[in-house]
Amino acid sequence: MPLDKLNNRIIYFDNAATSWPKPAGMMAAMINYNEMIGGSPGRSGHQRSLDAGRIILETREALAELFGCDDSLRIAFTKNATEALNIALSGILNPGDHVITSSMEHNSVMRPLRYLESQGVQLSVVSCSGDGRLNPADVLAAIQPQTRMLVVTHASNVTGTIHPIAELGEIARNHGILFCVDAAQTAGALPIQVDEMAIDLLAFSGHKSLFGPQGTGGLYVRKGTENQLRPLMMGGTGSRSEFEGQPDFMPDKYESGTPNTIGLAGLGAGVRFVLAEGVEAIRSKEEGLTARFLGGLAALPGVTVYGPPDAANRTAVVSFNVAGVSPSEAALELDERFGILCRPGLQCAPAAHRTIGTFSQGTIRFGFGYFNKDEEISLALAAIQSLAGGDTEK
Amino acid sequence: MEGQRYIVFLFPSVSYALKAEKILKAAGIAHKLIPVPRHISSDCGVCVRITEDKQQDVEREFLGKVGWDKVVLL
Ligand SMILES: Cc1ncc(COP(=O)(O)O)c(C=O)c1O
Repeated sequence: MPLDKLNNRIIYFDNAATSWPKPAGMMAAMINYNEMIGGSPGRSGHQRSLDAGRIILETREALAELFGCDDSLRIAFTKNATEALNIALSGILNPGDHVITSSMEHNSVMRPLRYLESQGVQLSVVSCSGDGRLNPADVLAAIQPQTRMLVVTHASNVTGTIHPIAELGEIARNHGILFCVDAAQTAGALPIQVDEMAIDLLAFSGHKSLFGPQGTGGLYVRKGTENQLRPLMMGGTGSRSEFEGQPDFMPDKYESGTPNTIGLAGLGAGVRFVLAEGVEAIRSKEEGLTARFLGGLAALPGVTVYGPPDAANRTAVVSFNVAGVSPSEAALELDERFGILCRPGLQCAPAAHRTIGTFSQGTIRFGFGYFNKDEEISLALAAIQSLAGGDTEK
Repeated sequence: MEGQRYIVFLFPSVSYALKAEKILKAAGIAHKLIPVPRHISSDCGVCVRITEDKQQDVEREFLGKVGWDKVVLL
């Protein structure tokens, strides 16, 4: 197969950063909003403003269905998971509070926590194993009387390692600690049920496995938790306009300013696609692609794979290294020679790389998605073999 | 119905009013979304208008699904 002659196509393996392609309905929903509606939701009360509001409500309702949340108004929209996490962390934690997290976190959790630590919040970072696993017993041991929150990623964006969310949620609930989950990597890709998993705060990206456009994300807030959660921004919400104080109710408290209505129209279509296909079907397809890739890599000499050995314990994310080639060189070569798009380096998660022993050069990360195909995995394996010097044609 | 009076449900924000609208549509209860009358509130939002005789049915539909601020006779 002429591996070097694929320049008229690309193989997109950067779904862990943002998904591509998107379902056809996503763009159609955005165009429909722009051409047929165009109003500002929750503001003016005219028919186009109400239609814009209805679009956003439908997006909320679809997400509530996906996350098993009985009231869609418990979900506030943000521009990405990072903003949602910043609201959750800065909005709850005060000097003197103690917070527990894992050593596999993305900087969207770590940086706000390190900042809060500099302001007097006590931080415990529970060490994970070399393949990124978090032992709930270690979390239990880190709990102190002043522990206010446990915040963990549902799955690592570096190794794909899935944390035992339901078990951690139970620990948090039993100790009266708020449980905040970073679902950037998992919303739409793995089942999430906020009640069964005892999640108080769920931050998600709209532009990854929920198939929305970039600029979308959100935060689910358990009933009552908003009373202790300060907003990050204040301003116009369209509601309670006669008062100069910020609304104290969901979702307006956290949704100041004109929202990304066109983006949320697209996100709604993305989430409805996920609901129609079914998270289980999406998971099984992605797990199959991952298993195929892991199986292929295992047969390649000179390739080191990080994270759990089998696909069942990880999302469709695989980090690896090729002996003698730096991740950035490998990524450039994969891109230029083979049209394979991936993400090298630290993937915004230095703590995770320290945990798996790949700091500071990082890894090559492939993030598969629902639209990838078996043949793309085979082509990628051949390309990696060629990088590793095992290509007999070269 | 001849001489039927109207009441309005006022909500914390338009998001709530639109959720209420969706619930009433699903329940098949006649309703209309109207701007909040100035004499009731200075808020610029919308409220849900129904006939007075439907108040209890509507409250039953809303309970546990969407919260409202108050009900006012027009
Ligand atoms: C684990 C994790 N948390 C948070 C984020 C941040 O998400 P967003 O880009 O939507 O802010 C990402 C991805 O970028 C991620 O992988």
